[in-house]
Amino acid sequence: MSETVIKCESVYKIFGENAKKMLEESNGNVDAKTFQENGCIVGVNNASFEVSKGEMLVVMGLSGSGKSTLLRCISRLTDATGGKIFIEGQDLLQLNNKELIELRRNKMGMVFQSFALLPHKTVVENIAFPLQIKGIKTEDSISRAMEMVKLVGLDGRENYFPRELSGGQQQRVGIARSLAVEPDIWFLDEPFSALDPLIRKEMQDEFLRLQEKLQKTIMFITHDFDEALKLADRIAIMKDGIIEQLDTPANIVLNPATEYVRKFTEEVPREKVLVIEDVMDSSTKDNLGDIKVSKDDIIENVAEKILTQEKIVGVVDSNNNIIGSIKPSKIIDTVFGGRKNSS
Amino acid sequence: MEYLKKYPKLFQWIFLLVVFFALCFAIDVPETYKFIRGQAEFVKDPNQSVYFFLGKEVRYYAFDVFWRLPPLLGWLPIWINDTLFFLMNEWMPMEFWNEDTQEFKTRPLLLEISRNLTSFMTFLIELIREILLGGLETIVAFTSWDFIDAYPWLELPGLPWTIVAAGATILAYKLSGIGLALFAGLTMVYISIFGQWKPSMQTLSFILVAVPLSFAFGISLGIAAYKSKRVENVLYPILLVMQTMPQYAVLVPALVLFGVGDHAAVIITMVVAVPPMILLTILGLRAVPPEVIEAGRMSGCTNWQLMTKVLIPTARRDILIGVNQVIMVCFSMAVISAFIGAKGLGFNLLLALNQLNIGLALEAGLCISLIAILLDKMSLAWANQQQDYFGNLTFFQRNKNIIFFGGSVVVGAILAYIGTFIFKDTFNYLFEVPHNKGFSTADFWNKGVDWIFDTFFVYIKAFNTWLITEVLQPMRALYLRMPAVATLVLAVGAGYLIGGIRSALVVAALTLFIALSPWWDRALVTLYMATFGVVVSCLIGFTVGTLCFQNKKSAAFMLGVCDIFQTFPSFVYLIPVMMLFGITDTSVLIAVIVYATIPATRYTIEGLRSVPAGLHEAATMSGVNKFQRLTKIEFPLAFPHMMLGINQTIVFALFMVIIGAFIGTEDLGQYILKALSDKNGAGIGLTLGICVAFIGLIFDNLIRTWVEKRKKHLGIA
Repeated sequence: MSETVIKCESVYKIFGENAKKMLEESNGNVDAKTFQENGCIVGVNNASFEVSKGEMLVVMGLSGSGKSTLLRCISRLTDATGGKIFIEGQDLLQLNNKELIELRRNKMGMVFQSFALLPHKTVVENIAFPLQIKGIKTEDSISRAMEMVKLVGLDGRENYFPRELSGGQQQRVGIARSLAVEPDIWFLDEPFSALDPLIRKEMQDEFLRLQEKLQKTIMFITHDFDEALKLADRIAIMKDGIIEQLDTPANIVLNPATEYVRKFTEEVPREKVLVIEDVMDSSTKDNLGDIKVSKDDIIENVAEKILTQEKIVGVVDSNNNIIGSIKPSKIIDTVFGGRKNSS
Repeated sequence: MEYLKKYPKLFQWIFLLVVFFALCFAIDVPETYKFIRGQAEFVKDPNQSVYFFLGKEVRYYAFDVFWRLPPLLGWLPIWINDTLFFLMNEWMPMEFWNEDTQEFKTRPLLLEISRNLTSFMTFLIELIREILLGGLETIVAFTSWDFIDAYPWLELPGLPWTIVAAGATILAYKLSGIGLALFAGLTMVYISIFGQWKPSMQTLSFILVAVPLSFAFGISLGIAAYKSKRVENVLYPILLVMQTMPQYAVLVPALVLFGVGDHAAVIITMVVAVPPMILLTILGLRAVPPEVIEAGRMSGCTNWQLMTKVLIPTARRDILIGVNQVIMVCFSMAVISAFIGAKGLGFNLLLALNQLNIGLALEAGLCISLIAILLDKMSLAWANQQQDYFGNLTFFQRNKNIIFFGGSVVVGAILAYIGTFIFKDTFNYLFEVPHNKGFSTADFWNKGVDWIFDTFFVYIKAFNTWLITEVLQPMRALYLRMPAVATLVLAVGAGYLIGGIRSALVVAALTLFIALSPWWDRALVTLYMATFGVVVSCLIGFTVGTLCFQNKKSAAFMLGVCDIFQTFPSFVYLIPVMMLFGITDTSVLIAVIVYATIPATRYTIEGLRSVPAGLHEAATMSGVNKFQRLTKIEFPLAFPHMMLGINQTIVFALFMVIIGAFIGTEDLGQYILKALSDKNGAGIGLTLGICVAFIGLIFDNLIRTWVEKRKKHLGIA
């Protein structure tokens, strides 16, 4: 992939009075238990990763796993206790207040779990808020905000107050607000967790549609593994402040790195996550039937096609070259087999 | 034994009461003890003893130590007086440039500051007053008397009442709509044609200075406390005491520091009005959800933008309640500060009450209340205003209010000019209706009062006598019969049982302060009156609140009534009771009851409302009837909130008891009132005020601790 936008090098966030001192003494070997005995709580423990331009990194973890803390370190809503964070090459922790404000005004947008709309402002005023903070004239900011209102499909409700909207609509406002300044980096902190399942699915689809159009660099926080699989380019799974595994959805499902990660993958319908390329046999390219499938097809979509074949099905890449093959039995094994082993 | 295990707390309480009563009976009343009616303890008396502390002579009656503690804090008022005197007249002498004499003059720093503050306040008040009523002092302030003599036309003519009335109506219309505009217009017309224009405008000018200043100070200090823990730690205890300090008590030190007049009144009003504003600002800012703050930060707010555009607007509700309180306190003080020479309706009200001219008092009181309600509603509407970006307005539509006001200025001026022809020989009623020259219903009311007295005198007298001899006197005797040690044991024990060692220590310190001051007896009298008031208020408030809660509409109506009643300045409550019961303890107590019933009712309704809907449904599904639901579900859950209502009731009752001193009681309030006319009154007034505040704080501490524990226990914290 292309250039790195966000880069973290052993980021630590430890809450407590002596956090800094204890971290220095521990030489990077942070043990949550000993810290807790000394009145410190470890939020993020040695997180290192990079996010490239246009990539969507989903950070998944249960409550208390430190995922939101990690996000707040990277947006510098809280200062990391140790480590380095680079945003487009700029050392975030070295920025002074003024530079930080500039960075936020132009480069960053954030969406919050509880929507965090300003209760005294209407929809359009809420969306125009970051623009007005920047000092853009009222008329310009309002007309720009109106474009955003259309983008998220809230036309006709621009003069409503947040309290008059449903949860899904409120989060649309939150999304529109975070996008109003056209940021390069987009932080989303459990944006859909407070919504009903149906609305959530609708919003996820909407979100994917937006991302296709906008191509932002995204850090997306969620506690919902399915949501992570659905949206992510890569997933980071966190537990107790430690990133347990950071990989593509397929690799996480196929090769869970730890027992903890494996537990999540157990119930995952693999046919919905994996593509043909993940399970194909790249050594056998002969003796193929007439029907071919693309390597990027999701298994679920082509399973019926493959299973009705007697012969081995060929797999092609985007240039229609054969790069491997897949047996119908492999499909059955993928869908049912993995789960049997693990239970 | 099983009971003991089941209800250990109950037995602890019984044990405490047993000890208390045992002490009460064990300690005899000393023979030398007599409760001296209405006489200061500082009079020389053969029974008095004397001790010296820090070179100050303190006199006291020697009693048995168990019966009444010696007034070891008797030196405090004297010391406060001396310190104040020293600070004002001797501390830090500095050279200051004197405009009049054109030379440097040596003056103590504090005196100079106080003088400058005073002239600044006077200027502000005069400015508004002269815009409304006319005059030339503000112009003199910039020029000189000679200048005015040369150009006599410079004197501000003052606005005709028609223009002010039109201005208020248009402003009300712009802020809220036709309803408030109508109210504003009627209020103004009423004030004018009843001849209260001048005092009303004087009061209004006082308010228009005091409210914005208090608001600005309150919100700034609140923000400072929100941002810095250290500031909060310093402010908090002061705020607590100030909140329960009776308003009379702060008047006395103000007299010493700032002298007599409107300016002193404004300054002291700020001292009283700022604490609730600070507390509510802190409360509101704390309640802003952290994610909203983060959203503000991520939008790139600077600290200033975060405060003004995110935090304060989001905390608007609480801050608004603060503004509400500020307005309430300011109007309350507008009356009380007439004691230190503030002009306006308050002065007229006091005068009328002093002359027992109930009719006049009623009119003045009604004017104050109407203006108070009007300003209260207008400030609310102002804060709730919304902007409309999409209106394609013409020039006329955008500026219609200004145009209308301009028009009304022209029309008003012309009317006033025509008035000079119509009313050639009398007053120009189209310009200003002079004081007491308008309509007056005073005679009607006075006759009404006379009629009530003539007709019901026997019954009222009988009720009065019965209440005083059968209820109040015995109750007072019982309270005074409590030995100091027994009271201490009771208070500290209650503190320990409710809040553990910490509460016990706080309560002990507060009680000891009162016990060691020279006014323990008076404090007991204050307490007895407050207790009586609180008990009756709570009974009424709980009943009314519960009944109103049965129906959504009546509950909302009752809350509205509470809102309006709360806006009345506390002094106004004395008018109707004096009408009915004359100058007796009964009058004070009834005023206390009426005033203190407001919070009791309000909190009862709010408490019952706060019971979660799910529980109602669960209860209904368990098949309870209305009464069972009330007693088994709603009351237990609403009780903590209702206890906070009792807390407020106590504070309100204490305030009113102290204000009731005006009618003539023999409690702490009477002494504060006396201190007002005492050359050395500042120390006494302040110490007495602290005593009253501490009585309030003892209950406040106990109730709050209990409520917190209870709420945690019920899981509704």
